[in-house]
Amino acid sequence: MSHAIQDRPLSVAPRRGTLSHARLPRWTPAAVAAGSVLAGVGTGLAAGWHSKVQWGLISALLFVLVTYALTTKVEGSRQAKDRVATSLVWVCFVLAVVPLLSLAWVTVSKGLAVLDGYFLTHSMNGVLDAEAGGGIYHALLGTVEQVGIATLIAAPIGLLTAVYLVEYGGGKLAQAVTFFVDVMTGIPSIVAGLFVLTTWNLTLGFGPSGFAGAMALAILMMPVVVRSTEEMLKLVPNELREASLALGIPKWRTILKVVLPTAIGGITTGVMLAVARITGETAPVLLLVFGTKLINPNPFEGAQSSLPLYVYEQYAVGTDAAVARAWAAALVLIAFVMILNLVARGIARWKAPKTGR
Amino acid sequence: MATTTPELKRSRSAKSATRPGDRIFSGLSRGSGITLLVIMAAIAVFLSYRTVIAISKDSTNFFTTFEWNPAGDPPVFGIAVLAFGTVVSSIVAMVIAVPVAIGIALFISHYAPRRLAKPLAYVVDLLAAVPSIIYGLWGAIFLVPYLAGLNEWLDQYLGWTYVFDKANEGPARSLFTVGILLAIMILPIITNVTREVFLQVPKMHEEAALALGATRWEVIRMSVLPFGRSGIISASMLGLGRALGETMAVAVVLSPSFLISGHLLDPGGGTFAQNIAAKFNEANEYGRDALIASGLVLFAITLLVNGAARWIIGRRKEYSGAAA
Amino acid sequence: MAKRIDVSGLSAYYGAHKAIDDISMTVEPRSVTAFIGPSGCGKSTFLRTLNRMHEVTPGGRVEGKVMLDDENLYGTNVDPVAVRRTVGMVFQRPNPFPTMSIFDNVAAGLRLNGNYKKSQLNDIVEKSLKGANLWNEVKDRLNKPGSGLSGGQQQRLCIARAIAVEPDVLLMDEPCSALDPISTLAIEDLIGELKERFTIVIVTHNMQQAARVSDRTAFFNLAAVGQPGKLIELDDTERIFSNPSVQATEDYISGRFG
Repeated sequence: MSHAIQDRPLSVAPRRGTLSHARLPRWTPAAVAAGSVLAGVGTGLAAGWHSKVQWGLISALLFVLVTYALTTKVEGSRQAKDRVATSLVWVCFVLAVVPLLSLAWVTVSKGLAVLDGYFLTHSMNGVLDAEAGGGIYHALLGTVEQVGIATLIAAPIGLLTAVYLVEYGGGKLAQAVTFFVDVMTGIPSIVAGLFVLTTWNLTLGFGPSGFAGAMALAILMMPVVVRSTEEMLKLVPNELREASLALGIPKWRTILKVVLPTAIGGITTGVMLAVARITGETAPVLLLVFGTKLINPNPFEGAQSSLPLYVYEQYAVGTDAAVARAWAAALVLIAFVMILNLVARGIARWKAPKTGR
Repeated sequence: MATTTPELKRSRSAKSATRPGDRIFSGLSRGSGITLLVIMAAIAVFLSYRTVIAISKDSTNFFTTFEWNPAGDPPVFGIAVLAFGTVVSSIVAMVIAVPVAIGIALFISHYAPRRLAKPLAYVVDLLAAVPSIIYGLWGAIFLVPYLAGLNEWLDQYLGWTYVFDKANEGPARSLFTVGILLAIMILPIITNVTREVFLQVPKMHEEAALALGATRWEVIRMSVLPFGRSGIISASMLGLGRALGETMAVAVVLSPSFLISGHLLDPGGGTFAQNIAAKFNEANEYGRDALIASGLVLFAITLLVNGAARWIIGRRKEYSGAAA
Repeated sequence: MAKRIDVSGLSAYYGAHKAIDDISMTVEPRSVTAFIGPSGCGKSTFLRTLNRMHEVTPGGRVEGKVMLDDENLYGTNVDPVAVRRTVGMVFQRPNPFPTMSIFDNVAAGLRLNGNYKKSQLNDIVEKSLKGANLWNEVKDRLNKPGSGLSGGQQQRLCIARAIAVEPDVLLMDEPCSALDPISTLAIEDLIGELKERFTIVIVTHNMQQAARVSDRTAFFNLAAVGQPGKLIELDDTERIFSNPSVQATEDYISGRFG
């Protein structure tokens, strides 16, 4: 079985006799970064460029180039490529963090300027658009009602559809449903709005209302709920179902009493995340709910307002006072969405099977 | 025991349940599925119906006309400008967002100090939830002025490329700016999905590369990126879908005008979604039908994108390593 | 080409927890040394300090010296990447790169470490696959993915990949534990051939395998639960299995614990 060991005819890579070689000191990346930023700002100032975006881009470019040159000289080209990759990844990170930090900072600082108790409890009734004053109560009410109705429509249908797909699925109908749920996930929000507009308003003749907006929001919400519920149901181990059925419990009670409660944490999270998403939708609301300055507590009749719509309207007015109100409303909207998100994730963490870290 | 076994057999084997509870429940769930199908069908039917009406009224070619005047006599409207604007702004967004998202995903999964990585991932998850109108507000008030300087610089140094030659004076309310804003918007969602994919690369493949004497970048290049290729594609398609359908941010930032121009830094242009939002209010019946027709085209495009993504992922299954 | 390993005072930590304590030993070139011991005694941890893979685990830290001929692997200016290039490793579960073909798998290490012409690569890949006793089985499908082979073949592919770069030392971490008996035998035969070119260290929980395959055997054990692992005895394989000097070794060999 032993092969004749051939003399090694080819020697492999030129073998460095040693494992060690010159290495750049550990503080090199920080130093190069600091230097590039200085150089970038300096060049920007000298050339008279005012845009901080440009200074940033120059610094980033310098950082990558200098790192590459330095490392190639001292450590070799493989290490240089590795360091360049590292620098690029860090640059990406910074590039992304900056605008997002700016957005957060601006929204909070500008929003807080106008936000107070009065703002939250009064509508724009009697307030001229161009002037200061007024509040978002009517918009808050509208959003809560529209999102609430949408959830009441979409959550049960979405949940039961997911139950159908996971527990009863497999046939042609299930295949068709899965396919079309995928299709529905991709509907642009404005198209959903257009659909409700054509059927409910144009064909059936109803006017703008919170309910119409809620229907469009429900269309957007349904496929999301189906998908996330499906995933949660699939995570329930089959052994649980079989154990229940083996005890003589009928299928529908198994689903209701065993499967759903096991998955309820994840399902709740999925629904809440979907709610957070549609809360921020403006486009269908713009088409269907129309907007108003007054408080309209009836979602089934007459135009309403909603938070994102309010932001858009106030921005469109353009005066300082209006734009200030827009920022405040934006802050409330973000806070609303973020709280929903955080609570949803909290529930997910709380209800997740204890894996023991 | 003898009594429960036959009962057991019946309720476990039959797809058509005999118990009333089972029948009701399965009927309810099947009914929900059917409801969804009905809604989808209704959407398709109604939109197509009005689209057909609109196109039949159009006195010029719906796809190539450069004007939007459905209320005119005769009605003249076409989606060429909208298609151009939508596609161009989305391409700009993807070109910027996909590499940066891959970079951030790699950062979170492989480069960041471990204690930083988890909170970072959490924050990026939250960022995906920021409503688009807020991006629009920030874009219009902050991004546009900031980009003015960049636009000048691009015009000065890269103006020889037709694309970056700024022919018109005016604020930076251009397709290019919209592209950048869209990139910022779709960044979190592409990053999140890509990050999940990178974290799922089995450690043993990374260790195999390490044991051969690979640097960190080489490990990523050999083990992580190939394994995650189809995940990266599907994440990008998700982002693209969002960029194509984005309405409010575009409506707020873009200076609307109905023209096609290769000078991407010039203000003006239109996208499908933005056009609908801007014009529906004052549109008469013909106008609304025309807008609906454009909405259907947008829907068709997003369907194509999603379908292509699914096809790509399906084809790469053999080499994806998922079976390994 | 094959080098000698000299370990002195090596301790390894996971964060604050000490996993192995003060190990000193010598491994002769062109020999097979087996590490045996009960689960959790630190033999795999020790193996991974020999090619600086231990520090890849978050919190992994090493104290002490590992000399490869006359160079300290943990010296101040030493690049871990270079160390792993010279000290190769084969893992417990076969892990060929799933997105690469068989040819690319074997050539992976070569492509990383130098510029080779296609003809050179062809030669080296063929030699490595022959050296791993896999050539005849795969020579007609070098372009197929590596994941399409059986478990034993995949492991031999990993061995071919490891030896293609001509390492000074080859570390094997329970290479047969995921394989069936016939593949195991094939790999044990292979080890017998490879030891004429490389220094081999193999961790195994199968004592009979250690007895079959190795020239020298090292027995590791924990002093008590929660204590770090230590090297209890290192000797020629024959003597360890017939007449060990330490009582604990005798107990383990005869199956009284472990």
